[in-house]
Amino acid sequence: MSSETRQEQLALVGARILDPNRHLDEPGWLLIRDGRIVARGTDADALAALVAESDAPLRTVELPVSWVLAPGFVDLHAHLREPGFEGKETIASGARAAARGGFTTICCMPNTNPVIDSRATLDYVLSRAKDAPAHVRPIAAISKGEDGRELSEMAELVEAGAVAFSDDGRPVHSSRLMRLALEYAAPLGVPVVEHCQDEDLVGGGVMNEGAVATMLGLRGWPAAGEEVMLARDLALVRLTGARYHAAHLSTAGSVDLIRAAKAEGLPVTAEVTPHHLLLTDSWVAGERTGPLAAALAAEGLTIEPGVRYDTNTKVNPPLRTTTDCEALLAGLIDGTIDAIATDHAPHTVVDKDCEYGEAAFGISGLETALASLLALVRAGKLPLETLVAALTSRAAHAWRLEAGTLQPGAAADVVIFDPDETWTVNPAQFASRGHNTPLAGVPLRGRVRMTLLDGVVVYDAAGEAGKAAGTDRADEAVR
Amino acid sequence: MTTLETKTGKRAAYHCSFCGKSKDQVMRLIAGPGGVYICDECVDLCREIIEEEATAPGAGEPPVVPDDSATSDVSRETPTVSGVSTLVARQHVLDLDDWTPDELRALLDRAATMRELLGRPGTRLKTLQGRVLVNLFYENSTRTRVSFELAGKKLGADVVNVTASASSVTKGESLRDTVETLQALGARIVVVRSSQSGAPDAIARAIRGGVVNAGDGWHAHPTQALLDLFTLERHLKMVAGKRIVILGDILHSRVARSNVWSLTAAGAEVVLCGPRTLLPPAAAELYAARPVPGTGALRHVTIEPDCARALKDADAIMVLRLQRERQQAGLLPSLREYSQRYGLNEARLKLAKPGAPVLHPGPMNEGVEIASTVAHGSASLIEEQVTNGVAVRMAVLEMVAGALAAEVNA
Repeated sequence: MSSETRQEQLALVGARILDPNRHLDEPGWLLIRDGRIVARGTDADALAALVAESDAPLRTVELPVSWVLAPGFVDLHAHLREPGFEGKETIASGARAAARGGFTTICCMPNTNPVIDSRATLDYVLSRAKDAPAHVRPIAAISKGEDGRELSEMAELVEAGAVAFSDDGRPVHSSRLMRLALEYAAPLGVPVVEHCQDEDLVGGGVMNEGAVATMLGLRGWPAAGEEVMLARDLALVRLTGARYHAAHLSTAGSVDLIRAAKAEGLPVTAEVTPHHLLLTDSWVAGERTGPLAAALAAEGLTIEPGVRYDTNTKVNPPLRTTTDCEALLAGLIDGTIDAIATDHAPHTVVDKDCEYGEAAFGISGLETALASLLALVRAGKLPLETLVAALTSRAAHAWRLEAGTLQPGAAADVVIFDPDETWTVNPAQFASRGHNTPLAGVPLRGRVRMTLLDGVVVYDAAGEAGKAAGTDRADEAVR
Repeated sequence: MTTLETKTGKRAAYHCSFCGKSKDQVMRLIAGPGGVYICDECVDLCREIIEEEATAPGAGEPPVVPDDSATSDVSRETPTVSGVSTLVARQHVLDLDDWTPDELRALLDRAATMRELLGRPGTRLKTLQGRVLVNLFYENSTRTRVSFELAGKKLGADVVNVTASASSVTKGESLRDTVETLQALGARIVVVRSSQSGAPDAIARAIRGGVVNAGDGWHAHPTQALLDLFTLERHLKMVAGKRIVILGDILHSRVARSNVWSLTAAGAEVVLCGPRTLLPPAAAELYAARPVPGTGALRHVTIEPDCARALKDADAIMVLRLQRERQQAGLLPSLREYSQRYGLNEARLKLAKPGAPVLHPGPMNEGVEIASTVAHGSASLIEEQVTNGVAVRMAVLEMVAGALAAEVNA
């Protein structure tokens, strides 16, 4: 991000501009200066007049009208693994994966080593993120060491830049500690984020409890394991009145619980991941049912059958059923679920190249989120504006982040994507160090062409195409 | 291509001198000089061998010599690798869910031949001669390992037993490492036993060679199910239309899971019986959604937690081992109550049809899931299961070897 680029004016002209924050959806131009959005409009003369206000040189990028220009995506849930697990991901590689996926703001979970439960660790993360190609907003741990016993120094952590609290990867087992966390965090203005999982009930569950788990002889993780914890938490929210955010909802029952809580006026928000909207537990058996497979099949894109016990399908909470996917989608559309978050959880090959029961939970999701979800848009099941809103304005509003808008004066965080480009997921080309995706080999339509962070291009698909031939892993280049 | 040696004696009935099948088991039996016979299947086989010989250069196998000596007790050499014409050769045997009734039939027929050969002292085949068979056992199981070891040796293999504790992960060794090590050892067929469901699948994906699942986690134990079906067929003549009860800890049982696939494919009605805490979730839904491959027939599976209702008019009963950990994990109030409600004793056995056989995959907890009087009573086929296990595993290993040979030729 050189100072030269900051001093020029950048006009992005011709694309379909979609800003759900202001319900804008029309072809036009967007003018960027000093890393901020100056204005957007449709009239060429108005653009010329604005450009003339400044001495800075103008660079104009002409874009096809079929391309979509939207606020950079906001991910409320990503695991960047640094410090401690740099073999899985670094803040730099994770941020590059974000840029490649169109995300400009990523909130990173604190289950690192050490855990982000102190100002020192949080400062370290921010220092590592300073030059990263995405805004990295840390989430701090609810409890010291995420061990569920004592609250972390929440006030100081918020002062240092924590945007939320979570012991993600694990639930807060103690109802008392959860109550205390909600009480303590409430005046700090940030939400408490729960990974809803009743550990007693779930036991060693590794996939959705149901027919497929029975067939494969894998220990089931029942839907009730999520709902029991969510129901408890909602009672505590009622008790404390504090802001609460439910991470990665996976069941139809959870959607009902959140819907009822919102109707009651409780200060709750929720997120859903692309994989819980799109994939089902049949994928664990190498079978391809669920919304993604159906949507792709309907347009003639076929997914090859997979293998049984594909550890890349192992994720927590687990992939559920088509009924759950549909309920989650309905919840997203009616606003029960606020945001789409990736729960990007990169792992090394060794973490996944083992027996299903032993494999690590998680999907590397930043680089496939948009393209996989666009299948639902083309299938007529999800309006494009809702999709983009859930990835931008609605996510930002849920946590009151300054992001996810093209409003004049806002940081020029922008994504430009071609909704029609067909490509096949090849994890070897990921910027993320985590190549763990169940979508490997799946043909998707829709691709991020360009991502801008504070007005600077941090990802350009055209540039990547040029160098892709020589390097199998862009990762190494940056190291 | 490999050869078979059998010592044959003079027999009253007419038998094929090559495969040992009786006149009734084959379409045609042709007499040769001096009391030797050959069946139509073996003639076909010989033709295949000759064709293969013509296309495979440098095959250093001993020639197929027509034996014109009139004496008995001569060693005969019959190729057997592709000896099961209707059997689809599978390189891996991981589970039975995708087996058609025809495939099951062909394998069991072959196992019957093996069983007969086992009855003759000194029988040794050369199917796996010069091949390394690895018994990779992550979980201890003497009887299954010995059964495979014996089967491998009867087929002429060099058998290597690798006993490893727990999973590869616990050892800090990736599956890929394990597979590479086995391949370096020259492993052609790997027999895998693991406490982790899917471990054989993972190895099968990585290895150049064949994998036979000797039991993985709660998932599958295909050779056990094949030997159970084989044993049942010998007693019930056919299992189609029969009501077969699997009694006990279905939830954690790979034996039950594989048996449901094979028994229902063979046309039996399977009743799964146990306390609700030991029944697998969504089992009815699972089997309803997965008809029998090849025929599309619906699988008849009933879930019945009531023991008396399950056993009523049963044609056969398979009792499963109850591991004591289940009680410790809280799935059962006590072994005492389990034994009282679900233990197979003589009174309960009377609910079944007269003479209904009782099977158990072993090892048994006598006095818990099965009364000693039943385990060692007249209905018990438990000892026979062990003998049949070797024959079935020989047939399985032979099939896998055939698939590997076919792949090499291709």
